[in-house]
Amino acid sequence: MAKKFLYLNRKAPYGTVYALESLEVVLIAAAFEQEVSLAFLDDGVYQIAKGQTPKAVGMKNFSPTYNALGDYGITKLYVERESLVERGLTEDDLMPIVYEDEDDDYTEKPSVQVISRTEMAKIMAEQDVTFSF
Amino acid sequence: MAMLHIVNKSPFERNALKSCLAHALSGDAVLLIEDAVIGVVSGSTLVTELQQAMNGNAVKLYALSPDLAARGVKAERVLEGIQLVDYAGFVDLTVANEKTQSWL
Repeated sequence: MAKKFLYLNRKAPYGTVYALESLEVVLIAAAFEQEVSLAFLDDGVYQIAKGQTPKAVGMKNFSPTYNALGDYGITKLYVERESLVERGLTEDDLMPIVYEDEDDDYTEKPSVQVISRTEMAKIMAEQDVTFSF
Repeated sequence: MAMLHIVNKSPFERNALKSCLAHALSGDAVLLIEDAVIGVVSGSTLVTELQQAMNGNAVKLYALSPDLAARGVKAERVLEGIQLVDYAGFVDLTVANEKTQSWL
């Protein structure tokens, strides 16, 4: 039986390697057909920020890869609203990541769901396995 | 005898910026680089603290623009009064200030 896997992302990208490592592990895990969700909270909300341009700091922009997650069956990206607000951000600052719903004539649907801290706590409690980055 | 203070850790995750601002003297410069730059976005919970440092304590605040660009933060989202510098500006700051201290 498929288990519920949560990838917990709490760090801004580029300053440390956590964000990139998390994304790579998520892509590997996608091959095992588990029920995968990603959570972005605290500084982790910056991982899916729009307009990332790390060329001048000499790093590769890996943010377009989040758009490919839908093709791997990863369609649940939870973002904590309080974490956005504390940082002066809104949902408009996030990439509009979508997936094609194969049960609904491949209609494009948003993968990103902005939820409250209380809802995030519930999602954490529902998981079988949590990977922290 | 001004000092350049350099902070590179997110102020939402560590207290390096807070401690730096508590020790920076009038006329000093504080440069935010790497993950620390996300602290300068207007509307964040840090605004009061940063304004107090700039207006109350006459500390000059700077942020490294390539690090802001990397994280998708546009210049117009930066809190008023904070100056953006590129790598050449970073070098200028180290020259303009007699000493440099990093807050890791």
